[in-house]
Amino acid sequence: MSTESIAWPSATAESRSFVDRLHDWIATVDHKRLGLLYIAYALVFLLIGGIEAILMRIQLIRPHNNFVSPQVFNRLFTMHGTTMIFFVVMPVMFGFANYLVPLMIGARDMAFPRLNAFSFWMTAFGGLLLYFSLVGANGLYGAGNAPDVGWFAYAPLTSQTFSLGHSTDFWTLALLVSGFGSIGTAINIIATILCMRCSGMTLSKMPLFAWLNLIMAGLVILAVSPLTAAQIMLLIDRYLGGHFFDTQAGGSAVIWMHFFWVFGHPEVYVLVIPAFAFASEIIPVFSRKPIFGYPVMVGATVAIGFISMSVWAHHMFTVGMSPAANTFFVISTMAIAVPTGIKIFNWLATMWGGKIEFKTPMLFCIAFLFQFLIAGLTGVMQAAAPFDWQLGNSYFVVAHFHYVIVGGILFTLFAAFYYWFPKMSGKMYSETLGKLHFWLFLIGFHLTFDFMHIPGLLGMPRRIYTYEPGRGWDTWNFIVTIGVFFQAAGILVFLGNLLWSYFRGKSAGSDPWDAWTLEWSTNSPPPAYNFYTIPTVQSRRPLWDLKHPDDPDWKYE
Amino acid sequence: MSTTSLTLPPREVEWSPSRGRVGMGALIAAEAAIFTIFVVAYLFYVGKSLSGPMPREVLSPPIFFTVCLLSSSLTIHFAARALRRGNVRSFGAWWLLTITLGGLFLYGTASEWHRLIYEKGLTISTNLFGTTYYSLVGLHGFHVVVGLVCLSTVMAFTLFGEVKQAHAERIDVLSLYWHFVDAVWIVVFAVVYVIGR
Repeated sequence: MSTESIAWPSATAESRSFVDRLHDWIATVDHKRLGLLYIAYALVFLLIGGIEAILMRIQLIRPHNNFVSPQVFNRLFTMHGTTMIFFVVMPVMFGFANYLVPLMIGARDMAFPRLNAFSFWMTAFGGLLLYFSLVGANGLYGAGNAPDVGWFAYAPLTSQTFSLGHSTDFWTLALLVSGFGSIGTAINIIATILCMRCSGMTLSKMPLFAWLNLIMAGLVILAVSPLTAAQIMLLIDRYLGGHFFDTQAGGSAVIWMHFFWVFGHPEVYVLVIPAFAFASEIIPVFSRKPIFGYPVMVGATVAIGFISMSVWAHHMFTVGMSPAANTFFVISTMAIAVPTGIKIFNWLATMWGGKIEFKTPMLFCIAFLFQFLIAGLTGVMQAAAPFDWQLGNSYFVVAHFHYVIVGGILFTLFAAFYYWFPKMSGKMYSETLGKLHFWLFLIGFHLTFDFMHIPGLLGMPRRIYTYEPGRGWDTWNFIVTIGVFFQAAGILVFLGNLLWSYFRGKSAGSDPWDAWTLEWSTNSPPPAYNFYTIPTVQSRRPLWDLKHPDDPDWKYE
Repeated sequence: MSTTSLTLPPREVEWSPSRGRVGMGALIAAEAAIFTIFVVAYLFYVGKSLSGPMPREVLSPPIFFTVCLLSSSLTIHFAARALRRGNVRSFGAWWLLTITLGGLFLYGTASEWHRLIYEKGLTISTNLFGTTYYSLVGLHGFHVVVGLVCLSTVMAFTLFGEVKQAHAERIDVLSLYWHFVDAVWIVVFAVVYVIGR
């Protein structure tokens, strides 16, 4: 490609001063740079949220430990949850969507580049606002700093009476602000995918990655907006003396739960559908087979999107709803396991009979398949309301959703990092360090979250800062904490690998995996304009067609 | 925008909706979800106030101002149609009428609130009715204000002669938002002044 003839700023980046380059990044509207900003931002918060988790696990390593005070422990689990959901996983998913969707559909940028930059900075400042509470939340009361109401902030704990100072306000405002950013990005993703596809790329020829991100964006629109509304109500209660969640004036604490989980459960699918998207791109490439059951994959994801809007109250079985409501949410929650199971079978069928290459991204994807299956099975267990009455609010629940978020989402995220790192940086990562990361993290993950189920079954409630010895929880908590250090070591190897490979790695070339989607047809890293000429597509695997003109896919699709 | 400044060879596209319309449609979906939560809260709390004043005692349906707002949907439609046909003067007249009708509606809300606060003693913290009423009607009023700011910006450009037939698509997209604001009012009106009273 004759890209040399055009002098783009990036070509002369080396000669520009640091301030100029910084300005380029801050004022950028380029989807790739914004994608990288999202990802870098999320990695910083991953470290912060991870340190919070480590501190909590050190506190719980033995009974009657005095590592942190109860007050600090409350702040730690609140900040850990809020950070990981809103400022790690969501931004990193938006980052990958931003970077990859235009490249995969053969576009030169997102539909609204400036809205894109606006959304990123809203999210970024939302995160800063949350952590500014450490400085600014004391208020005149001298009350605690960081938010300590739990990540779902049930009423009436959030009322002025019980949350003095400004910590809860920082929590509310941070989520409100980053929520606007999320909605902006979701609008952008939808408009990009529906309006910016290259010639020949009909909806049925789009990479699954684009399809799944389209559905994720739709869910963001429908899920984050209720959260925004609920946060506005909470602000009205706290600052204007409203009574939405004020039970003494006839308000209802339960309606906050409904509003929060109307957001909260689709949110799980907002996080996991992009993870499915990664797996759906990576597994076929390393199995050397096209994805099995493309239309079924799309249909199953759409079904998940729909059903996920009607399962929220399974978070509330222990609240005491009517038998009719309990029954409805039991059935809908169990129903959502069906399309999810279909997807797992599709990925397995993609691997079946394939020539599997056990590169680091594939290792993470295979681990994801097993772990996500177990996470789904404990989910079905808890979907049964009577079982949930026994285990609600216990460490079994904590183990279950960490199995989803770490074992499912984080594992595919690592796969995505290794898979697209050569495209984003132009350098190849170290396979040795990648495998070391995989094994360290796999061992740590299973030590922590497999054994975490057991104290839950034995009755250990979540969010307690310490516990009595001799309840049979001691050994399990010890093992769980030991696992955390393996995970932390894995993360350090991962970050070291990224940095080392960026500066010292071998050049990757434009298509190191012999892959089939359009992002691999342009340079690594791609030029600012992505494609010298806008590509034309005839099948779901345009690069396969290009590489095998004698046996193109479009003959069979 | 960076994507449109490059001259591309003409490409055949099967079916490609305008990104402005899709973007606005997605925004409207998000806004609708926000309003849904406020409407649900309003309906859930109907009749649950522990103290007065109650809706039946203080609310009367603002029929005239509702007619104003709903007819502004019609006038903005005529404005957009005029611009599509290249008639900028007619566009400006209809547009100004739209802004006037929207402004009248806001005046209606303001005078109703003034009456409720100073004569009936109902504020957002008085009781549950006050909380839900002011937040739902206020949320809608906020959207009317945003709409009026956008419409007035276009009006200013029109007066300076900057609005051309080529902008018809953008005006259409903006008018979608205004139609949405009007449509939401039908729901708010039904909930607050019919069901909730």
